Amino acid sequence: MLYSVNIDGKNYRLELNQFEGRWSCILNGRQLEVDAVLARRDVLSLRIGNKAYEIKSEHVAGDLHLWVGSTRFAAEVRDPRSLRGRTRGLDDRGPKKIIAPMPGKVIRVLLHEGDEVALGTGIAVMEAMKMQNEIKSPKKGIIKKIFVSEGAAVNPGDVLAIVE
Amino acid sequence: MFKKILIANRGEIAVRVLRACQEMGIAAVTVYSDVDRASLHVRKSDEAYPIGPAAASESYLNIAKILEVARRSGADAIHPGYGFLSENAKFAQACADAGVKFIGPTASAMNAMGSKTKARQAMEKAGVPFVPGTSRGVESVEEAEQVAASIGYPVMLKAAAGGGGKGMRLVRAATDLKSALESARSEAERSFADSEVYIEKAILNPRHIEMQVLADEHGNTVYLGERECSLQRRHQKVLEEAPSPIVDPEMRRRMGEVAVRVAQAANYTNAGTVEFLVDQQKNFYFLEMNTRLQVEHPVTELITGLDLVHLQIRIAAGEPLPFTQDEVLIRGHAIECRIYAEDPDNNYFPSPGKITLLLAPSGPGIRRDSGMYEGWNVPIDYDPLLAKLIGYGSDREQAIARLTRALGEYFVGGIKTNISLFRRILRDENFRLAKLDTGFLDQMLKQPEDKAVDSNAAGVAAVAAGIFAVLGAPSPASSASGEQASSKWKSAGRRDLLR
Repeated sequence: MLYSVNIDGKNYRLELNQFEGRWSCILNGRQLEVDAVLARRDVLSLRIGNKAYEIKSEHVAGDLHLWVGSTRFAAEVRDPRSLRGRTRGLDDRGPKKIIAPMPGKVIRVLLHEGDEVALGTGIAVMEAMKMQNEIKSPKKGIIKKIFVSEGAAVNPGDVLAIVE
Repeated sequence: MFKKILIANRGEIAVRVLRACQEMGIAAVTVYSDVDRASLHVRKSDEAYPIGPAAASESYLNIAKILEVARRSGADAIHPGYGFLSENAKFAQACADAGVKFIGPTASAMNAMGSKTKARQAMEKAGVPFVPGTSRGVESVEEAEQVAASIGYPVMLKAAAGGGGKGMRLVRAATDLKSALESARSEAERSFADSEVYIEKAILNPRHIEMQVLADEHGNTVYLGERECSLQRRHQKVLEEAPSPIVDPEMRRRMGEVAVRVAQAANYTNAGTVEFLVDQQKNFYFLEMNTRLQVEHPVTELITGLDLVHLQIRIAAGEPLPFTQDEVLIRGHAIECRIYAEDPDNNYFPSPGKITLLLAPSGPGIRRDSGMYEGWNVPIDYDPLLAKLIGYGSDREQAIARLTRALGEYFVGGIKTNISLFRRILRDENFRLAKLDTGFLDQMLKQPEDKAVDSNAAGVAAVAAGIFAVLGAPSPASSASGEQASSKWKSAGRRDLLR
């Protein structure tokens, strides 16, 4: 199987096949000796050569995170032949929804529809559990739509805005 | 000895106390609010009672409901844990009135120490050193200006009824005093319904060192060593250790004897903590007394070999202290990390949600006091403390090494935690050299984090991502609905149909 894998914004070409418990792996053209066993469905005991790694898989707000030891990476796996299309996750192209991370109240909307933003630009300020938190843009682009106004109560998963 | 103890708390401390009860053959009764039904403390207890909706005022802070459960369950004592009603004199009195033993000090001892100005007045009488300043709230701006001028700037304005940094203002010059006083007053009024504000000399870059005391109901009071709690963020402790790296046996004896005098001045019984500010010349000043068991008690337990909750229960049951001051020995070093459900990449915003994966550390010198478990939904309604991870070693270096190793093993998936913050702290050169003061954490967090890209690890992640995909790890939708365990009965049934 051929995969296009994106790790923290960098693309990798991965050819991976499994036959009778043995793996064949080519990463960006380089052959690797790989051996893998699932300890649990979200914990992988991986050997590359004789180096051993513990990999944890985690889904947070629709994104896939992989932890190699204690280091976290954002991951997206695409099967180029798949008919399902792109999975949700890291994607610099296309509109990105900004989702409320927890229940609370929007106490300030900092920008307007049509404003330009960079990665990390604050779009709104939410308050929850007596703390204020700035909601930032996940990508560079233009604010296409803002769905909330000051004073709005939101629940986790609610879409606050779309950046294109 | 008590037959049954009601634990008026939740989370990790409720689990800690019920463990002590079970070790002593005492039945443990717990209470839970509507959102805490699935909590660990409920499952591990002997009896559990629902006490109302999530809001603390309608559940864990509701004195009438707690006492009603005590009555119905036949509990003969109540352990209040920390926070909630643990330092509520009305509650301690209500327990006494209801004939249920409150495991802690008396209402009058709490009152003596509860108001910071009253505590200062009592300390003055007892000849305890404290930070120069007023022992009463300032009545006017003029008075404040006079006092500040005589103490010398910088000064600290503090709320008498305060805590957690609210109603506090650092004033560096006379010109800032008036507006600081007004703003401290109004914040104190809003947070504690008491606008009384007093003034202290501001000790710059102090260390926060506190002394554990224990007193039985027969007049015996001892000190059990100090804890260094200078690592704070927004006046909340984050990491604590015992003993303090700068306290030698002589200073420990002096501070301990002062702490005992403080406890005696308040007629204190049971476990308590006397907090000191220590300046760069190692002068120590009384700050306040906490009339409860503290979050960080495990570090003291590890270096003394004593079980403080067992001792609390025994003291409340009328037993005398089973040891003298001379028999208290300090050995080794312990460091505790408070693991919170917070996002360190997002200003420590609380991070409630479902814990999808929990890999917990263990091994030599590692203690873990936890209220969480895999599959638990962390509620948003309460303080987000999930667990305490403590490393113990024969010296500070070994404690750091073990704790670092354990933090590497610790994984909480599905929510954000501050575990990465502790790895950063333990790597920090100033921390390792024990160059600590209350400004340490703010200083460290100001430095940009060393985020070297490990391209080898990224390649490993890419391979792992592909392998998970081949092995068919579930997508976000199915992981939310739980295990997709195939039923052996179903597949056997299908095979039969194909015959």
